[in-house]
Amino acid sequence: MKKSTGFLLGVVAAALIGAEAGLAAPPARYTDSGPEPLLARIFEQIDQNSWETAYRETESLLKAYPNFRLGHLIKGDLLLARTRPLNRFGEGGGKEAGEQIADLREEAIARLRAYKSKPAETQVPRYLLQMRPDQKHAVVVDTQRARLYLYQNDNGTPRFVADYYIAHGKLGAEKIKEGDKKTPIGVYHVTSSIPRQKLPDFYGSGAFPINYPNEWDKKQGRNGYGIWLHGTPSDTFSRPPKSSDGCVVLANTDLDALAKNLQLGTTPVIISNSIEWLSLDNWQAERQALLAMIDEWRRDWESLDIERYARHYARDFASDRKDRATWIAQKRKVNAGKQWIKVTTGNVSMFRNPGKDEYVVVTFEQDYQSSNLNNRTQKRQYWIKEDGRWKIVHEDAV
Amino acid sequence: MQSQSVYPFAERARLLLQSFAVVAALAGSLPAQAGPLEDASQSLKAGQHAKALDLVNKHLAGQPKDARGRFLKGLIFTGMNRQGDAIATFKKLTEDYPELPEPYNNLAVIYAQQKQYDKARDALEQALRTHPAYATAHENLGDIYSRLASQAYGKALQIDSSNASAQTKLAMINDLVGTDKSAGAVAPAAAPAPTVLAGAKPAEPAKPTELAKPAPTIAKPVASDAKPAEPKPVPVPASPPASAAAEPANLEGEITAAIDDWLAAWSKKDVKRYLGYYARDFTTPGKASRKDWEAERTLKVGKPGKIEVSRGKLTVKLSGQDKATASFRQSYLSTSFKASSNKTLQLVKRDGKWQIQQEFVN
Repeated sequence: MKKSTGFLLGVVAAALIGAEAGLAAPPARYTDSGPEPLLARIFEQIDQNSWETAYRETESLLKAYPNFRLGHLIKGDLLLARTRPLNRFGEGGGKEAGEQIADLREEAIARLRAYKSKPAETQVPRYLLQMRPDQKHAVVVDTQRARLYLYQNDNGTPRFVADYYIAHGKLGAEKIKEGDKKTPIGVYHVTSSIPRQKLPDFYGSGAFPINYPNEWDKKQGRNGYGIWLHGTPSDTFSRPPKSSDGCVVLANTDLDALAKNLQLGTTPVIISNSIEWLSLDNWQAERQALLAMIDEWRRDWESLDIERYARHYARDFASDRKDRATWIAQKRKVNAGKQWIKVTTGNVSMFRNPGKDEYVVVTFEQDYQSSNLNNRTQKRQYWIKEDGRWKIVHEDAV
Repeated sequence: MQSQSVYPFAERARLLLQSFAVVAALAGSLPAQAGPLEDASQSLKAGQHAKALDLVNKHLAGQPKDARGRFLKGLIFTGMNRQGDAIATFKKLTEDYPELPEPYNNLAVIYAQQKQYDKARDALEQALRTHPAYATAHENLGDIYSRLASQAYGKALQIDSSNASAQTKLAMINDLVGTDKSAGAVAPAAAPAPTVLAGAKPAEPAKPTELAKPAPTIAKPVASDAKPAEPKPVPVPASPPASAAAEPANLEGEITAAIDDWLAAWSKKDVKRYLGYYARDFTTPGKASRKDWEAERTLKVGKPGKIEVSRGKLTVKLSGQDKATASFRQSYLSTSFKASSNKTLQLVKRDGKWQIQQEFVN
């Protein structure tokens, strides 16, 4: 690399370092519908000292995205560089704007890194173990990459659809309490939709609240509320990577595109610090192992052997204010009155929690038949690894 | 006052203007130069726009295609503040004589006054396409780039760039002399030529376009033939003794002293003394409130860093005993840039003190 890369080098280099740490470039199946392709070209042109081309492409970029602040900053640099040498990204913006420029630099790095190191086609987020047939799509967020990935449910296998730049909490992720300006990490779903007309301009073209805090969060004593996926103000194309009070913020056009695929109360939204990717083979293995455990639990329940049933429940199990001992005692009592039990499960979904807390949220329709009682319920279980074995730590009907 | 944050201005342009004065003076003594065109030019300099227009029209009646005549007409329109006519005149010239850089430059100056910076940039880039070493166009283009950059930063950072987008003052070219390869230098050949198209010959084959633009330098010096030679600092001519002719010399002396003290206060960043020279009914630029204006000036004048504000020859026009207009060329020098502009002050004498009522950059 020539020594002439100058003020924007910092951005490009940072982006490339990110790329090396990331994954191999996949075939071009990504939508690339955002400003990233042009942005990447502009930085390449600058790196090659093709100022004129870079400037022209910046103008095209701004034509397509008139409120793209990062684009305007680059334009300012390219213009100012014709009058004097520049040493720093956004140097002409003035000293007072240092923080804003740092934010835009972060945005440039995040966008370029996500663009240059896309996940390969053969890899899927580890969290999407099993989507229900009625869940047409799933959303997976990577806060560190400032990226949201949309997956389609292709007969249970997640297929990549699109990815979008996002902003998250000013103080990062792993929300614990109200007002901590952090984005929660976990498995959630879209609960409702608030249309543009009912919102201040600040939220842009709409908002989709998610169910933070979920049962797990509450169990951990986490609180706060009002975590939404939402858009940007009308004069702002995008916000810096870390700029929200905990919400996940998308460009309005992206939110609109995403909204078409969101099913209220249904579409999973999984927010991670940094997505763990699995090859399809490994994903399949993990999925089958857990499905086998669930099936074992079902058969052990049918066996009426309370010890076999009980070994599927974790030490810290708690549900509906019952601890493990109470739960098992009650089950033992119920079982005593039965000649037989038949349990079938259907419409199974399994989503692994991202991050430190290793658990999988499993939901299914349970058809329970027995010698003296039949019922159908929508069941939810949290499975954790205890002593190397998957066990249930929470169970309830929803 | 159109902002003291004076803009980078071509010293070369100043040279050019000065040279033009020399040429014009020479021309006056040459019989070959006499004629309606020279008269028109003189009238323009004397501020007699209507007469100048009349004369130039007469000249053009005989030689409708004459570039110099049409160029002068454009200048007259500019002087009359008929921007639309001036644009049309210069634009037509660029179409008929695309090899001449001056009409492009002047077109750009007017566009810039109208804050149409993109158009101004295009025109200047055109001028440089045929004359890559054209200093004035380079300087003007640099100014336009800064202005566009300010606008872009304003949008990027959501900061108020209205300051930065204050009306710009670029260097207008006053004669078709810049077609020589050395841009600023006066072509002696320009002197004999009422037919003028001699000066309009495509001076130099256009250089490759990459050279036609100032090479942007980002964190490295870029050597380029296209770069104008470093403008040599032009020593500010020591102010000649005010034409100590007649009675009002006394008042002129007072005014000169007041202006010099005002400039000294400015240079020394003595904000209080500087502001003290502004009358209470001073017309602030953009009709800002006095308070806002003072705050802005305090910030700008008091900004750390060495500055030096000085003036050239002072022309004072008295109207009565307590009103006057003073015009001079003002030079501004700081560590980061230097600039010069024509300044006119409307002065009023109150309580024995001359004060500024209005301040123009022209």
